[in-house]
Amino acid sequence: MDITVNILLTIATAATPLLIAAIGELVVERSGVLNLGVEGMMIMGAVGGFGAGYLTGSPWIGLLAAIAMGALFSLLFAVMTLSLATNQVATGLSLTLLGLGLSGMMGTSFVGQPGERLPNLYIPGVTEIPVVGKLLFGQDPIFYISIALTAAVMWFLFKTRTGLTLRSIGDSHASAHALGIHVIRYRYLSVIFGGACAGLAGGHLSLVYTPQWVENMTAGRGWIALALVVFASWRPWRVLAGAYIFGAVWIGQLHAQAFGIPVPSQMLSSLPYLATVVVLVLISRNKRLTMMNTPASLGQPFVPDR
Amino acid sequence: MMRLELVKRPQRSPLFSALSPFIAFALTIIAGAIMFALLGVNPLTAFRIYFIEPISQVWQLHELAIKAAPLILIAVGLSVCYKANIWNIGAEGQFIFGAIFGSGIPVLFPQFEGPLVLPLMLLLGMVGGAAYAAIPALLKTRFNTNEILTSLMLVYVAQLFLDWLVRGPWRDPQGHGFPQTIQFGDSAVLPELMPDAGRANWGFVFALVAAVLIWILMSRMLKGFEVRVLGSSPRAGRFAGFRLSRMVFFAFLLSGALAGLAGISEVSGAIGQLQPVISPGYGFTAIIVAFLGRLNPLGIIAAGLVLALTYLGGEAVQSALGISDKVARVFQGMLLFFVLGCDTLIHYRIRLIGLALTKQEAAAKLDAAPKLKEAR
Repeated sequence: MDITVNILLTIATAATPLLIAAIGELVVERSGVLNLGVEGMMIMGAVGGFGAGYLTGSPWIGLLAAIAMGALFSLLFAVMTLSLATNQVATGLSLTLLGLGLSGMMGTSFVGQPGERLPNLYIPGVTEIPVVGKLLFGQDPIFYISIALTAAVMWFLFKTRTGLTLRSIGDSHASAHALGIHVIRYRYLSVIFGGACAGLAGGHLSLVYTPQWVENMTAGRGWIALALVVFASWRPWRVLAGAYIFGAVWIGQLHAQAFGIPVPSQMLSSLPYLATVVVLVLISRNKRLTMMNTPASLGQPFVPDR
Repeated sequence: MMRLELVKRPQRSPLFSALSPFIAFALTIIAGAIMFALLGVNPLTAFRIYFIEPISQVWQLHELAIKAAPLILIAVGLSVCYKANIWNIGAEGQFIFGAIFGSGIPVLFPQFEGPLVLPLMLLLGMVGGAAYAAIPALLKTRFNTNEILTSLMLVYVAQLFLDWLVRGPWRDPQGHGFPQTIQFGDSAVLPELMPDAGRANWGFVFALVAAVLIWILMSRMLKGFEVRVLGSSPRAGRFAGFRLSRMVFFAFLLSGALAGLAGISEVSGAIGQLQPVISPGYGFTAIIVAFLGRLNPLGIIAAGLVLALTYLGGEAVQSALGISDKVARVFQGMLLFFVLGCDTLIHYRIRLIGLALTKQEAAAKLDAAPKLKEAR
């Protein structure tokens, strides 16, 4: 029983960064912007979170720094693609490349240093309840944020007027503009929200998952988060499900390596990436369904004319 | 309060088309100076060490050519993809598979020698890169799968596969346990161009030839026209009888083959054996090279040399000033950012305006509006 609980806990820990980054990107893409810089914003959040936590000794300040770092970094993307109408694919790629380089440079002095870890929730008496106690009341704070965030985004996108406006911009920025909606402003806020989420996801890696700084520690999670959004057909609850499936794959291969299964460890390590490809193939096979689900203005630059 | 406003030009500006890479480079230098100052280094000293000292002697120019060769080879292939609006960002993986396929001969048949070895290796390298690139192409055309994500995911798979090969079945039994294959025999090593002057090998010549060939293809042949039409307007392309799915395969196989050729040239020329890591991110840096070169094969040659210099400069400042060589990646990233930003100037004029318009301005705008529409 204890082993099951522990495995479930590690799956949740592996799924949380994927979930947060993907939920953020989902909002961005719903507004019609494709930001391929998730990996870069995530690694910036990781280095910023670790650095602030390490320097101040407070993982909570680290958490805030991670969010701020992701948001700030995404602003760069927003200015380029929204104000200067650059190609979103290329700009997102360059955001990732710049983030990987910049984080490596900023983190040189952090390598090998012990980091601060965010403490798990602990409610005396409640957390000790067998099985459910630890699962529901004994996880790290970002886990709870991730669940709350998913619920909040679901509510926002589908139950509020602003959410409806945001989705309409994603489907047709020209019509939204004609209705007097400030397309660029909405998109700026969406991109920054996505950046804050990616930063938080990176902070989870360096403040909870493995509280240390390792170069390229995101290991493609930002890209997997992007794939998750496609997999989820731009629906928040499916992102949640997808993140946990991928968390399970990630943890499963680690456990398999630990058990010494007679398969090369590299093959197991490549499973999450291969699974991403397979899942993408399965989900996008139906061309009409994909077209129906994809925000229609996704990736197209918008320059308002008067 | 001020804000930016983009005004569409009636035609693309040839002036900014030519100038934008240079403006971008100048802006990168300025941003770089600020960065060095923040790191507590005199920017002038840093720039001398970064951009001038690494190319002040002949043998160093050879090192530059070694670094530029894979960048140019990969980038000219990618430029065809990007012109066609097909996003292959997995060149790093295709590079690795080219290296693996080509290395099969010297590793598995070390006793096979003679003048046939090298051409066969290079051919296999191209086949390997193209085959690996065929996967995202097939998934895109057959299953409508986003090629950006699949090609990128396959990079991780390729890196892990190479890691397994050189630690497992292909490891040199006499290598004292080091994760590497045997040293390639003499007939499997790409010869140096001028052995007396420096280490540059034939890979650089391949890169130049490939750039010229692709330039001819893109500017003088029907296929190049097809690429451009499908890239800028798939609908128009369909009416002209061009098939998008065939173009996806063409672009992926071509860029994969060139990345594979770069991979086997690098392993056979510069390294001499397979190792767990054979590329400092050439496949990704080549994306920057492609854009900096304005997706024009001849521009890519120049851009490849510039980006190669950022690698050498990064190593130089690391040894001379103790700054992380990641500074190279930062320079590369900034350069791409500025290039993309400056490209906006080709299609738009940028105006800074106050939020409140005066009456005359508003009137002038109303006047100009229909003209703009006509122009479009």
